[in-house]
Amino acid sequence: MTFEQFIFYLLAAIAAVSGLMMITVKNPVKAALWLVLAFISTAGVWITAQAEFLGLVLILVYVGAVMVLFLFVVMMLDINMAVLKEGFTKYLPLGAMAALAIFALMYMVLGPEHFGLDVTGTPDVKAADFSNTEAIAVPLYTVHVYAFVLAAVLLLVGIVAAIALTLRRRPTTEVLYQNIDKQVKTLAADRFRMVKMDAVKEQPIVEAGEEDKK
Amino acid sequence: MFDSLQAFLSSFLYDWLAILITLVLQAVAVILPIMLVVAWLTYAERKVIGYMQVRMGPNRVGPIGLLQPIADALKLMTKEVIFPAQSNRYLFILAPILAIAPAVAVWAVIPFSEGVVVTDLNAGILYVLAVSSILVYGTVVAGWASNSKYAFLGALRGSAQKISYEIAMGFALVTVLMIAGSMNLTEIVNGQQGGVWNWYLLPLLPMFFVYFISGLAETNRTPFDVIEGEAEIVAGFHVDYSGMTFGVFMLAEYAMMILISFMTSIMFLGGWLSPFEGIPVLESLFAWVPQLAWLSIKVAFLLFVFLWLRATFPRYRYDQLMRLGWKVLIPLTIVWVFVVGAMKYFSFGPWFN
Repeated sequence: MTFEQFIFYLLAAIAAVSGLMMITVKNPVKAALWLVLAFISTAGVWITAQAEFLGLVLILVYVGAVMVLFLFVVMMLDINMAVLKEGFTKYLPLGAMAALAIFALMYMVLGPEHFGLDVTGTPDVKAADFSNTEAIAVPLYTVHVYAFVLAAVLLLVGIVAAIALTLRRRPTTEVLYQNIDKQVKTLAADRFRMVKMDAVKEQPIVEAGEEDKK
Repeated sequence: MFDSLQAFLSSFLYDWLAILITLVLQAVAVILPIMLVVAWLTYAERKVIGYMQVRMGPNRVGPIGLLQPIADALKLMTKEVIFPAQSNRYLFILAPILAIAPAVAVWAVIPFSEGVVVTDLNAGILYVLAVSSILVYGTVVAGWASNSKYAFLGALRGSAQKISYEIAMGFALVTVLMIAGSMNLTEIVNGQQGGVWNWYLLPLLPMFFVYFISGLAETNRTPFDVIEGEAEIVAGFHVDYSGMTFGVFMLAEYAMMILISFMTSIMFLGGWLSPFEGIPVLESLFAWVPQLAWLSIKVAFLLFVFLWLRATFPRYRYDQLMRLGWKVLIPLTIVWVFVVGAMKYFSFGPWFN
């Protein structure tokens, strides 16, 4: 076994185990963390296949952004597992059948006869200075540029839609809005006024009774 | 040096064992100096802030307090690690590891001088960005596993803040690789050869500030340390950590500070290049200075700025912090991507020829 094979089998085993743990573990936060481990080991497998751009982008986008937001939501959930498990036995036969059907479909498409070196051929090993980034970028910005721009516009539409759906402005009688731009641009002169006053000399207090005695 | 060591080892060991031993030695050779710098950076921080506030700073342990970091490390290591009763024990232990692992792993691609780098990765910038994006898990998991409201608030703030500033940071890096035409850190430094005016500092001046400010936010340093916010949420995500588990969080924070300083000097300040390059007399006068020394001076200055800012600025309010990230830094970086594109199109200045 070469060092490369050792790394590959290690990463592949971690990916498979963490994928299994992700769907079996009960706690949703732990499930999300197992998914993160699955992503990282998959990225490692891609990097051993000399697709370093894809591997690093997988970590950057999915681990660094998507899963953090996912955790952000999942952490705040207060899940009652008992309610979730209601009717487990009732739906078990149906669920098992659906699972079997999906597994059969996946086996037909992704079964072992579709993979292996005799089917795909030995992958050609690229030179050390081969740039995976360039290999992806050149077709992406030349041949597939319209599809690429279209996908970007689609995502933009998604962002706009999400913001438009959640945006609500309540009347200022209900909520106090802060205008941060105004707050940041505040100068000392707006808040602090120098006042010129005459110095006041303290007078000794003369009591009323003493006046009468004189 | 390590190549010949590996060849020597593989002459009487298994190949994979020889590679593994060499890799471990390389890792130690990089991590050990970093950890030592971290230790005395904490000392420097206390001294610098002390003098800025007209105090002495630590001055009891060793001459002028120089052994203070060792005393601190001993204290943290011998302290009891307390597990909160209702905490999630596995994740509670895992969180400091998740914080320190990326902060150490990221050093694999950082070049210290010409050719002195563990892995000269093609996609170096991307690797740094990807690995430092994992760092947020330490904060998030620590906050959740502690099962404390203060820690949880810190974790929520941390995850939102880091994702926001990572976007600005990513765009700043995009302008750098547009101008350098490479994601390899060694090539980025070599692209800045030929004197101070060839550094990427000038054409990317706004990006320099954006990157450094985002770096402050990524490392949770003042004025962006709302994650800790001791005035409001006690100590934020690590309020329940004690002893070395707390110490590991500190190690990770300071290692990331050094990393941000390294990245800023490599990408904008010419890395290990001498600032006197191209100046007739001074260039030959300072030719003996090793490359690592120039890089260290630049890094030391940026680290001083980190400490200086901590002594100067009050903490941002959270909504103001988010506004700065989303409404100021990100639009600025997007505009600058187009500016750099225009500069490239018109072959502007010495940077695009």
